Amino acid sequence: MAKVLVVTSGKGGVGKTTTTAALGAALAQSGQNVVVVDFDVGLRNLDLVMGAERRVVFDLINVVQGVAKLPQALIRDKRLETLWLLPASQTRDKDALTDEGVGRVIDELRSRFDWILCDSPAGIERGATLAMRFADEAIIVTNPEVSSVRDSDRIIGMLDSKTVRAERGERVEKHILITRYDAGRAARGEMLNIDDILEILATPLLGIIPESQDVLKASNVGTPVTLNNADSAPARAYTDASRRLMGEEVAMVVPTERKGFMDRLLGRRAA
Amino acid sequence: MDVRADPTRQLVRLRGRSYVAFVFSPVVPIVEWLAEIDATLARSPGYFVGKPIVLDLAAVDLSGAAIAHLVGSLNERNIRVLGIEGVEEERLAANMPPLLTGGRACVITRNEPAQKAEPEAKPKPTSLLLDSPVRSGQSIVFMEGDVTVLGSVGSGAEIVAGGSIHIYGTLRGRAMAGVNGNSSARIYCQRIEAELLAIDGYYQTAEEIDVSLRNRPAQARLEGDTMKITPLN
Repeated sequence: MAKVLVVTSGKGGVGKTTTTAALGAALAQSGQNVVVVDFDVGLRNLDLVMGAERRVVFDLINVVQGVAKLPQALIRDKRLETLWLLPASQTRDKDALTDEGVGRVIDELRSRFDWILCDSPAGIERGATLAMRFADEAIIVTNPEVSSVRDSDRIIGMLDSKTVRAERGERVEKHILITRYDAGRAARGEMLNIDDILEILATPLLGIIPESQDVLKASNVGTPVTLNNADSAPARAYTDASRRLMGEEVAMVVPTERKGFMDRLLGRRAA
Repeated sequence: MDVRADPTRQLVRLRGRSYVAFVFSPVVPIVEWLAEIDATLARSPGYFVGKPIVLDLAAVDLSGAAIAHLVGSLNERNIRVLGIEGVEEERLAANMPPLLTGGRACVITRNEPAQKAEPEAKPKPTSLLLDSPVRSGQSIVFMEGDVTVLGSVGSGAEIVAGGSIHIYGTLRGRAMAGVNGNSSARIYCQRIEAELLAIDGYYQTAEEIDVSLRNRPAQARLEGDTMKITPLN
């Protein structure tokens, strides 16, 4: 039974694309057939994070408009046999997507894959509503700061009203994924704490991803963070989140500041 | 002694002025003659506007009603008749132009508006020159011929040309030449970092482009159904 999962946020820059790539890779590592779909038409980035930007020939728009067949547009990951990418177009805009066209593509993907991860564009306009339209589940990526939480609340409202499932009277299962969590700043009270976020959003927590240089490094070399350095803190957090998605019970780890003796001696690097 | 200045009486002063009037000499059948007028108007509409027109009815024998009809027909064509010649005064009703006599023939110098030369259909340009970089997301489509870019083509931009593509800069995006089935089209660029090159439907992605060529001037051409990418030196 294929699952369509949308990764959304409302706010930009919170880590949707990173999350899509990392979770896609983590799910594929466990042997599931996964496709990650870039819905950010006109500002595509998922292919860069996946390291497939030099292999794009056809894209989602071509498939939606019937110019290309789905197998022509799907790009297989070079590291994982079971991970595929359906890239977005850079030269078009979101108006080129149609409701029924996207529905057709999603249906076709359902017959081929176990997981369909849709990387939503930021915002609440057409692109974002189309990305979530056919979703069975949603991951709402949230940073521990006020504006991101408020935008997430807005998106949760849309998931409950504008999706096909909602219109049929069914539920879209929702998860909160807190990203860019800085334990040091949280300890100093400079960030919203996790309990407050969950209380505001009233949605179960899928995972907490610590703020880390590893994420930037991974995206710069075009590898999902879970593949680039599987032992890094964000990679472990994403892997745990993917296991929770598959229904496992995994204890939640709240990232804490590790201040070793050396850190105290050499806490700040002079620029 | 009382002095009174008599107010000078204003006289109605009559002045003369002479105009050259066009003389229409209708011939029977009037309908065909009107058709000729229509043809003249079609060639140069507004030709008779503001010009004095005199009807010379000496050549035809028209009843009062027919004259009225003729004047009406001319009115419909925005031709205002100033006066009528060559007809007995009895036939002219009060609401018709007056009878004129004593016109002298003269030469009409026609100041026809110079015939506007039909603007010759400009031949469609067969090349497109872009003198600024093509940015990510831009799509330049030019089916009529070559595209030249003075600058770079960014990643995520695409150039689609019916002919060849010349890029005086770095090609980081996509270039598709000869899309109308022109297999002799070529792609030239000063530095090749292309995402995709295509000529007449045959394409290569960045993956397939030889690494040794990267960041060098290169050209791509088609040999049969294989794409040859060679350095430009």
